[in-house]
Amino acid sequence: MANQTALHGKHLEAGAKMVDFFGWDMPINYGSQIEEHHAVRRDAGMFDVSHMTIVDLKGANTRAFLRYLLANDVAKLTVPGKALYSGMLNEAGGVIDDLIVYFLQEDFFRLVVNSATREKDLAHISKEAAAFNVSVTERPEFAMIAVQGPNAKAKVATLLTAEQQAAVAGMKPFFGVQAGELFIATTGYTGEDGYEIALPNEQAADFWQKLLDAGVAPAGLGARDTLRLEAGMNLYGQDMDETVSPLAANMGWTIAWAPEERNFIGRSALEQQKAAGTDKLVGLVMEAKGVLRHGQRVVVDGGEGIITSGTFSPTLGFSIAMARVPASTGDSAEVDIRGKMVAVKVVKPAFVRMGKKVI
Amino acid sequence: MSSIPNNLKYASSHEWARDEGNGVYTVGITEHAQGLLGDMVFVELPEVGDSVNQGDDCAVAESVKAASDIYAPLSGEIVAVNDALADSPELVNSSPYEDGWMFKIKIADEAELSALLDAAGYKNSIDE
Repeated sequence: MANQTALHGKHLEAGAKMVDFFGWDMPINYGSQIEEHHAVRRDAGMFDVSHMTIVDLKGANTRAFLRYLLANDVAKLTVPGKALYSGMLNEAGGVIDDLIVYFLQEDFFRLVVNSATREKDLAHISKEAAAFNVSVTERPEFAMIAVQGPNAKAKVATLLTAEQQAAVAGMKPFFGVQAGELFIATTGYTGEDGYEIALPNEQAADFWQKLLDAGVAPAGLGARDTLRLEAGMNLYGQDMDETVSPLAANMGWTIAWAPEERNFIGRSALEQQKAAGTDKLVGLVMEAKGVLRHGQRVVVDGGEGIITSGTFSPTLGFSIAMARVPASTGDSAEVDIRGKMVAVKVVKPAFVRMGKKVI
Repeated sequence: MSSIPNNLKYASSHEWARDEGNGVYTVGITEHAQGLLGDMVFVELPEVGDSVNQGDDCAVAESVKAASDIYAPLSGEIVAVNDALADSPELVNSSPYEDGWMFKIKIADEAELSALLDAAGYKNSIDE
């Protein structure tokens, strides 16, 4: 029996097409994935992301623990509420998961990790936390709704109390705040403005309905994937995993090398990888007809790579992809599409942000 | 529950064929198939004049989700293709049995029709 989120009934009510997503029965779309995609780029859409795993870390040594656990450095988090994106690496420098960490209080940080990696993440975090006397508590009693799009914040505001509105007023990107029963964060996975809101399971269906009534369109995992790919955001398990260096997954910016004396899990392996050189993750653009897909072979001067994520971009009207290719790759490549070699452009892996083409 | 018109013949690979008279059959994909594929973004059609054999892959339907081969349900010559799909591939989603048709075949061998399913047989094959 697949897991169901607190919003399962709302999805069925809306006629969603449900699929198994790593043990969760989740909506892939509510009719047209492309229309849901456009709703997020042009207005406001919402996703049930309750399957994601919230983990609270508490204890006086939590910051020291996270500086050891994560490749990015939580020393950067000096203002309560501030969040950071990081890889969590193994000793070999492979990516166990990518996550967001929130600094709430000096003895209280919150992680949001992927659902597909829940068990191994919890096992790894708990094992490493023991030495730091940090408590690790999963929070399955929370549902999570991502409301994204240029009008997302304004539509959410119509549901908030005066106190909650005051709490989120002027909040910069990548912050989270507890406002009454809602944990409201200025994060997302679409390249648009908006919030990710965690709230008690028993309030989720009512809140979802109020968002619907406020004109927020429900969007499924299908649109979530095309939106994040247009935004150039990695998907764990596709664009990187335990066998892939973050340096080969466009995550170099998330590795805090300084200060040199900070020892974090995977550091020595990463230093060796950096010295030896790695593949790189690039964006591909194909304006001819057809669709680039995960797993297709990419041929470049002097080598070969692979498409890690590919799709048709509803915003751009042609196909885009992310591909892991040799570091020497220039500005063009060929992709083996069902036996036919097709020329593509190589770009930075980001295609659309805030509704605008960035390639 | 998707629509499966009684007046059509079906292949278990989800194509339908409609008798237009004079041995010409219009071909498309079923409502069930378009639902599985999701939003269509490109349809690659055969050329008029191509000859196809029953079971040949002769077109490709690319949806947001996947590329899917379309098989000729009958042997014969392609006598028309639906040019409207070049600009409006979503017709396959919105009108799979009418505006979203893909190509027409002038069939070579009527005996091949016996290999196709009727509506009830197709319904059983997709277990709805």
